[in-house]
Amino acid sequence: MTLPEYNFAYLDEQTKRMIRRSILKGIAIPGYQVPFASREMPMPYGWGTGGVQVTAAILGPDDVLKVIDQGADDTTNAVSIRAFFAKTANVATTTKTADATVIQTRHRIPEAPLSAGQVIVYQVPIPEPLRFLEPRETETRVIHGLEEYGLIHVKLYEDIAQHGHIATTYAYPVKVEDRYVMDPSPIPKFDNPKMNGSPALQLFGAGREKRIYALPPFTHVVSLDFEDHPFEVQKFKQPCALCNATGVYLDEVVTDDRGSRMYVCSDTDHCETRREEGHRGPGLPISGAQTVKEDAA
Amino acid sequence: MTSPILSVRDLERRYGDFIGCTDISFDVWPGEVVAIVGESGSGKTTLLNCISGRLDRSSGSIRYNMRDGRFPDLADLSEAERRFLMRTDWGFVHQNPADGLRMRVSAGANVGERLMAIGDRHYGEIRHTATEWLGRVEIAGDRIDDKPVAFSGGMRQRLQIARNLVTRPRLIFMDEPTGGLDVSVQARVLDLLRGLVSDLGLAVVIVTHDLAVARLLSQRMIVMKSGRIVETGLTDRVLDDPHHPYTQLLVASILES
Repeated sequence: MTLPEYNFAYLDEQTKRMIRRSILKGIAIPGYQVPFASREMPMPYGWGTGGVQVTAAILGPDDVLKVIDQGADDTTNAVSIRAFFAKTANVATTTKTADATVIQTRHRIPEAPLSAGQVIVYQVPIPEPLRFLEPRETETRVIHGLEEYGLIHVKLYEDIAQHGHIATTYAYPVKVEDRYVMDPSPIPKFDNPKMNGSPALQLFGAGREKRIYALPPFTHVVSLDFEDHPFEVQKFKQPCALCNATGVYLDEVVTDDRGSRMYVCSDTDHCETRREEGHRGPGLPISGAQTVKEDAA
Repeated sequence: MTSPILSVRDLERRYGDFIGCTDISFDVWPGEVVAIVGESGSGKTTLLNCISGRLDRSSGSIRYNMRDGRFPDLADLSEAERRFLMRTDWGFVHQNPADGLRMRVSAGANVGERLMAIGDRHYGEIRHTATEWLGRVEIAGDRIDDKPVAFSGGMRQRLQIARNLVTRPRLIFMDEPTGGLDVSVQARVLDLLRGLVSDLGLAVVIVTHDLAVARLLSQRMIVMKSGRIVETGLTDRVLDDPHHPYTQLLVASILES
């Protein structure tokens, strides 16, 4: 290591202490947004400055860190943050969900179920679920304080009125322990049920908005809905083209400029693990390319 | 008669040394329309904001007859109770509809918001009620998914009225409800209001500087000047036989047609 000028995990100990206090308060009041003195981080807002600060505050030398961005371990954001902590904290990193003790995530919850002892840290751009309905922060605080959550259903009503169904597909509002309405960060609503009763500790950090909130293990998390329009997750018609998995969240990948596309697992670790186990999807690259040519001819 | 729905005693609101309104006492009875008239700056809106809990008072008491029979001072209610009252038992119609509506969500959601706020979670029923209320305020049912920004001034005002009435409130506050509308639209809104008020048996406190509006809607009238009540009485009596010099001036200044 040639960076002795950095404290362990980049932040100084007083800052980490301050963040830990906010985290503890967040855990004590599930779903409540705790303000904290967010620091400038050596990356732009929107890259996960909140998540990075939470991770820095909870990381210990023995932790194994996994970072995912939209489910993938190999995208710029994930690679950069993993490298950042490998450099400043010298912790072990992994791409295997099961091996990790701390998972920092942007926009996904891993497909493999999380277990007790694991911590998942979400990067949150806008922590306030009512933000686009009620612009005044003073008012949203009163709404949370007095549990006047009728407004959040106005948003769902608008969805049904315009699209015939609840068209919100990500950042889908949830109610935590029948008390606080919480924005689960921009994860697809497909992942919402995974938050309910999860044995892992879930922490949410919003750097620009300076808020931390948390779900302790085995917290009751319900996605909001109407009686006659119940909450539903996305469904996919076909399995993953690479590993043949069903019941997972799929990404659409455009494979050429003639409109062909394939659907693959968004969770790269899950997909790789399945392929190592011998699962073969219908659209593995070579056969997929041939099919396309035949179709075009 | 049982008891008044709203009882105001010795109300005062100061802005520093300046008096917003002072020495205000009156009652509002169930089902009656009380007009507060006076010139600009006479303290009408200050008074209305005080009694509707939107502005803190400096001294005095405002008591409200709750549905459960209690008759507490509004200051003794918790903030949660007060806010619950505001979105169920009360309505507030603003002069500018943009202040009272959510301009970026559809008309149906605007009407349905109060229903959802009191725990209604059935989309079909909310929509049905919203359609019904849009009909009652003469907005075509096919405009239910349009946003208020696409509505004319008169339609916005009618939408605001529907939004306030959907929870069947008992007391409505109105601040110059026809202020920004042209004469023919004004007449239509007034006609509608008069019908709804008598159908639903609402108690209304309406602030206006337009004596014609007061004559058309209200049974009783309070005339204010410089933050004080100068004259009260039945509307027809006050307008046809004004006692106070200021009221006489006010009535005399109406253009004869």
